[in-house]
Amino acid sequence: MMNAPAVVPPRFIRSGRTRPNAEKWSWMFMRISGVFLLVLIFTHLFINLLTGDGVNQIDFAFVAGKWASPLWQVWDLVMLVLALVHGGNGMRLLVNDYAHHRWLRSLLLGALATSVAVIILLGALVIFTFDPCPVGADPALLPGFCFDL
Amino acid sequence: MSPGHMLYRGREGMWMWVVHRVTGVAIFFFLLIHVLDTSLVRVSPEAYNEIIASYKTPLYGLIEAGLVAAISLHAFNGLRIIAVDRSAWALRHQRMLVWIVWGIFALLMAGFLPRHLMHVFGGA
Repeated sequence: MMNAPAVVPPRFIRSGRTRPNAEKWSWMFMRISGVFLLVLIFTHLFINLLTGDGVNQIDFAFVAGKWASPLWQVWDLVMLVLALVHGGNGMRLLVNDYAHHRWLRSLLLGALATSVAVIILLGALVIFTFDPCPVGADPALLPGFCFDL
Repeated sequence: MSPGHMLYRGREGMWMWVVHRVTGVAIFFFLLIHVLDTSLVRVSPEAYNEIIASYKTPLYGLIEAGLVAAISLHAFNGLRIIAVDRSAWALRHQRMLVWIVWGIFALLMAGFLPRHLMHVFGGA
């Protein structure tokens, strides 16, 4: 009976990748973040589209009312980061599958990484520098708590 | 290319792979736009209310329904992918699980659409 040949780990990776476990971590991240996003996003959709007047209730005062609570600030921040990294990583897999020219792939991956970074930064800044009662704004558009003293 | 040249003719699983990619891309681009429109709260209440008013028009109301549909399919097909990866039972029954995904999708949309469409078209 022949013995199976011992499997020798490769001394180098043909793709030239320097972090051999990167794709394993990407794979695990997609699954773990996916489960979290399911809960985060369905709750977000339920609160914003099904409670109260649904989409018609959404305006500046509605957003200000939500972000007055640290719970929704953190909720939206976690949702923002997880969704963009999950979506950006998914788009990376599609670019790798369909962009066959090296220059095109570099261009698309560069544009993708830039957009994801800019949108995460912008969203995080908006959540944490948001002023629910801007000075000089039309009082009719502001949440009620701006006038509670 | 004639069908004779297509060596791989996947069934439910392959079509769900297509559905997962298409819905994923659609959700990603919506997400970029959604963060940009929400950022207008930082500009002024008027600027935000003006852009969000367009979300309440019939056209956008239907696009939102499509978005919720895409998210529901992507989310529950994602759970199916995890299940098929992790459990031998799910792997054996992956084709049935595809139809369970569509069943959950139908239930969610049956719960969501009437209320959402009433908000959009009924002025309720």
